[in-house]
Amino acid sequence: MVLRRLSEAAGISGQEQEVRAIIRAELEGSVHRLEGDTIGNLIAVKNPGAPGPRVMLAAHMDEVGLMISGYERSGMLKFRKVGGIDDRVLVSKGVRIGKDRIPGVIGAKAIHLQEPKERETPLRHDQLYIDIGAKSKEEAEKKVQLGEYAVFDTAYSEFGEGLVKGKALDDRIGCAVLISLLKEDFNLPVYGCFTVQEEVGLRGAAVSAYRVNPQLGLAVEGTVCADVPGVDAEAQVTALGRGPALTIADAGTLPNRAMLRELIRLARESNVPYQFRRTTVGATDAGRIHLAREGVPSAGIAVPCRYIHSPVSVASLEDFQNTVKLLTLFLRSVEGGFRP
Amino acid sequence: MDARQLLKALSEAAGVSGFEQELEPLLREAFEPLVDEVRTDVLGSFIARKDGSGPPPRPSVMLAAHLDEIGMMVTKIDEQGFLRLTRVGGMDKRILPGMEVMVHGRRPLAGIIGTKPPHLLEPGESAKALKIEDLFVDVGLDRERAQEAIAIGDLVTFHRPYIELANGLVSGKSLDDRCGVVAMYICLEWLKRLQVQADVYAVATAQEEIGGKGAIVSTYDIVPDVGIAIDVGHGDSPGVPEDHTSPLDKGPALAIGPNIHPKIHELLQKAAKDAGVPVSTEVVPGNSGTDAWNMQVSRSGVPTGLVSIPLRYMHTSVETLSFSDLERAGKLLAFFIATVDRSFVEGLTWS
Repeated sequence: MVLRRLSEAAGISGQEQEVRAIIRAELEGSVHRLEGDTIGNLIAVKNPGAPGPRVMLAAHMDEVGLMISGYERSGMLKFRKVGGIDDRVLVSKGVRIGKDRIPGVIGAKAIHLQEPKERETPLRHDQLYIDIGAKSKEEAEKKVQLGEYAVFDTAYSEFGEGLVKGKALDDRIGCAVLISLLKEDFNLPVYGCFTVQEEVGLRGAAVSAYRVNPQLGLAVEGTVCADVPGVDAEAQVTALGRGPALTIADAGTLPNRAMLRELIRLARESNVPYQFRRTTVGATDAGRIHLAREGVPSAGIAVPCRYIHSPVSVASLEDFQNTVKLLTLFLRSVEGGFRP
Repeated sequence: MDARQLLKALSEAAGVSGFEQELEPLLREAFEPLVDEVRTDVLGSFIARKDGSGPPPRPSVMLAAHLDEIGMMVTKIDEQGFLRLTRVGGMDKRILPGMEVMVHGRRPLAGIIGTKPPHLLEPGESAKALKIEDLFVDVGLDRERAQEAIAIGDLVTFHRPYIELANGLVSGKSLDDRCGVVAMYICLEWLKRLQVQADVYAVATAQEEIGGKGAIVSTYDIVPDVGIAIDVGHGDSPGVPEDHTSPLDKGPALAIGPNIHPKIHELLQKAAKDAGVPVSTEVVPGNSGTDAWNMQVSRSGVPTGLVSIPLRYMHTSVETLSFSDLERAGKLLAFFIATVDRSFVEGLTWS
């Protein structure tokens, strides 16, 4: 499954080429053409000459992770975070650095050597180190360059019942949704934009939306799902297995109401489960798409993912399929004349 | 079996204190070809005996490295099928968020200790360590399915593939103290090539992490003339004072202090020299926190020594050590055992 390869690929914001290569290989032959740009977006163009509005579908290729920022005399590596990561998930985890996937671990002082009160205060990322086994600063400098990226060392696999786990499901699962859609035939000009640098400020979406100049925009995400213990029902945002999550409002976008209503209508009509994304925090590529050029009617749809921005996230394959289904219905509706 | 393969297999297998039995077939396969007898005792310690070539009564040396690992236990399956936990052995709760685990139910189930995404954190929330009561394991099953597969009391271990780092360092879970078991294995391989008078008991002890229990009964049973524990010591790492640690890849550390018989320490030093193995000294002013502590006061007393393998990040899922240090420890132990004879043992009683 392409989602496995996408999840296990390294692609922290600014270095998405591994992900790009997988998607390019996957879509070769299924689309009219594949275009790259200077920032790193990959745009899969389907039926550019077809009638109807240009539809931009966006999913971001980048993931959060770590960036090597310095060396200790001992050969340990210092790092900084790329994108939003809770420091508390870093300790006692494995990472892979750079294109050679140099293995490293983020250790912690043994419990035996800690004062009891130390255990109540989390370790900040600037107190942590990546240990690659290097014996000196000089050796570490030779093995790893400043600015190289470290991804979580996490294997993708099936999980529980009908679920999958892996790193970076935000937003590789959105990339997988787009790949599925782009293999379908629509009598519409469809632009599948696999964007870069979403996690550091929706940067790839800004330039790809300008380039594509779409008349309709849809951001496809892997979104927050906190249906877990310790979170009140009203704060859970989404729940796993209840279908794609539609955005009503988030920190970046007020979606086009007509598009949102149409998505809801189609879901109801065809009995596709759906839910609303019940928070206004967070933003998606739609935040830039709707502001491109003279403005673009845009909406957001997402596959709920537990534990995003941590070493391992969880999503439901049924939610994935229902997201593909609802977007297919939507594109068919545009084909049939729907306009916002 | 190759010692490296054995370390990887032991590291990735599960055996929380009191539940070490899953490891037995692996130990049997590795140790049986090297010894005269293997068996498992009531508490779960694995005992491999190799007879010496000296005339009876032969001196006996017991090596002890513990088999068990720290872990967790399921205390509750909640309405949504999430599990709650308690810890077995000393574990820093701060390492748990975002950790992948294995739940040892009717079948092994992959689990994740979940976290709230940073998007939903209140200001200041990430400055507080999560309490064990706040943590949960997600196994991707609803309550009914979870209850079919999992019972209260089932064990939970870290899920962490063993990996090799640069310079022969290796990293994984439970290297404390499965690496000691591998050092015993390497020692037995060396003993094939050496003249040995003493009987050797290589004991992979159970329940060390909850109070050194396996060693209490296995030492009583074996009644050795000399007891040597092989356990991990704190390796050099950031934020840890240098005088509390030993450097990695500079050889094992030989402990010194009230838990250690001075003449055994002396002979270990000599054996290191004979074997050409570099060693450092570990200062242990009281309880060594190893099987040596209980061995020393078994029956009417057992003279003990302690060989420590320097290890970073003890009791996390990324414990890290130098494989060369294991090879050195194994060789050193073999050279030590080869010099133990009747007169050395008799000389251990103070006048």
